[in-house]
Amino acid sequence: MKNDGYSVTNKIMADSITTEQTQPAVFSPAAFKEAEAIIARYPSRDSATLPILHLAQREFGYISPAVEQLAADLLQRPVTDIHGVVTFYTMFNQKPVGKYHIQICRNISCWLKNAPGLLEHLKNRLGIDVGETTPDGKFTLTAIECLAHCEQAPAMQVNDDIITNLTKEKIDTLIGDLK
Amino acid sequence: MKLVSRNFATPDSHKLAVYEQSGGYARIRKALEMEPQKIIDEVITSNLRGLGGAGFPAGRKWSFLPKGNPKPRYLVVNADEGEPGTCKDKYIMTYDPHLLLEGIMIASWAINSHTCFIYIRGEYVKQARILEEAIAEAKAAGYLGDKIFGKDFPLEVIVHRGAGAYICGEETSLLNSLEGQRGWPRLKPPFPAVEGYLACPTIVNNVETISYVPWVIELGGQKFAELGSERNGGLRLYSVSGCVNKPGVYELPMGTPLREIIFEHAGGLPEGRTLKAVIPGGSSAPVLTAAEIDIPMDFDSLAKAGSMLGSAGIIVFDDSVNLVEALAVLIRFYAHESCGQCTPCREGTGWMRKIIARVLDGGGRPADPDNLLRIANNIIGRSICPLGEAASLPVIGFVTKFRAEFEEYIATSRKVDAPATTSRMAAAL
Repeated sequence: MKNDGYSVTNKIMADSITTEQTQPAVFSPAAFKEAEAIIARYPSRDSATLPILHLAQREFGYISPAVEQLAADLLQRPVTDIHGVVTFYTMFNQKPVGKYHIQICRNISCWLKNAPGLLEHLKNRLGIDVGETTPDGKFTLTAIECLAHCEQAPAMQVNDDIITNLTKEKIDTLIGDLK
Repeated sequence: MKLVSRNFATPDSHKLAVYEQSGGYARIRKALEMEPQKIIDEVITSNLRGLGGAGFPAGRKWSFLPKGNPKPRYLVVNADEGEPGTCKDKYIMTYDPHLLLEGIMIASWAINSHTCFIYIRGEYVKQARILEEAIAEAKAAGYLGDKIFGKDFPLEVIVHRGAGAYICGEETSLLNSLEGQRGWPRLKPPFPAVEGYLACPTIVNNVETISYVPWVIELGGQKFAELGSERNGGLRLYSVSGCVNKPGVYELPMGTPLREIIFEHAGGLPEGRTLKAVIPGGSSAPVLTAAEIDIPMDFDSLAKAGSMLGSAGIIVFDDSVNLVEALAVLIRFYAHESCGQCTPCREGTGWMRKIIARVLDGGGRPADPDNLLRIANNIIGRSICPLGEAASLPVIGFVTKFRAEFEEYIATSRKVDAPATTSRMAAAL
């Protein structure tokens, strides 16, 4: 830990918001370099918070308290600020997710095209409820709001890809293909 | 006639060489020979409105920048497209990223800004990548960087991904998010043009608005204005979804009749179905009945009719749709997306959700339509940002215009001693 005000404050605050003892998270040298380049792009260090968290999620899969601490140290912000940001935005996972994170839209345009039926189908097919991960760690199922693919409804997101004009058959084929 | 959608179907339209073959980057060259104030004047004359949804005249917004303020100025492009029913900016960013960049260059020259952020919704991973590639191409060609087109004018464009929050489409929330904070809206004034990103003068414009700027320069403000209706210049992209044969994004003049969009361009309703209701401008816009669709789709006509053009996300409901359940979907959405900062919106959206959940659950009370209206009317005008209105207007629209359907739903589904829980809510939605 660096001996500066931020790190000391962060340590105290981190201890106060998490009861579990976690190993410190550390970026790989390549990711660290990427993080520094991101920070350099902005006129204020705070502004790099979302891109740093996106990078961290790509590296670690989810934003654990240790990863919040890593981001706080990099950004020189109190870890409570980072925690506030992480919990505000839905895309930051606070728990591990499966290898494939399936997020199905259930907002109005998709709802009109049978999104509820497809959600039920996904639950049955995967044997899990919304918010759960299959025991083999392969799939996590989330129901989300509008993905802005309303003209190709129903739509869902699998990791970074958006898949549209969904049918039960299309979902079955896709899940079969995901190894 | 096509302007911003002209290149959507062209192969490799996202590449710089293809864009230039279609006349791309000629407008910025022309603009750089113009006085910045002349560009602002042309945009004012063009009646180009804010196409993210607010409809504020773009040129007037630019003219609000304070003179003599020594701080840097920023241009922020709002690419947070999240209003349910809206899917248009995606097309521009996917198929014509250089058009957006050319608009950014012209706007930056006009307002004298050297840094532009494109705040793009986090789920648009593909579009963010396309934009990054387009920026790299433009940089390599000398169109961005220290001296754009050889002129002593530096310009950098930075793609900034959001992380899943509808509220960040609101411009002050977006700025807080860009500053690395929670996306909580700010009290206005000061408006962003005076104190925006890092308390510096900032112009926030939607992707589509900025993408029409090159066309204003090419055609001239007057000619652009004449393409639309009174005080609503040019064309715009209409997103059509729901119960139509050809859902899609259609570029048509401002003021195109809603009936024409639904029945001609979007192919009408499926065989045997009749029109029941239409949301004309994204989920926040008050619903129209089937009898109200002979209306020109521009900001002023819809405002006069008690609805709004908003983002022009047209959502079509046919006679098979249960509107009580449809409203429940919208209420759940706004309750989820309320940022939690101010009480009327946070609590009000939560109460509306509880009420509509018990209605769906068979525990609806005869007074519930009025309960919903009372809460909605108590949110309106009492929140920091327009999300309060956005959450209330659909409730007021649906309950007022389709009251009989709500009353019938409550009367026929009512169970004696029904628990007022949300048990069936998830299943029903």
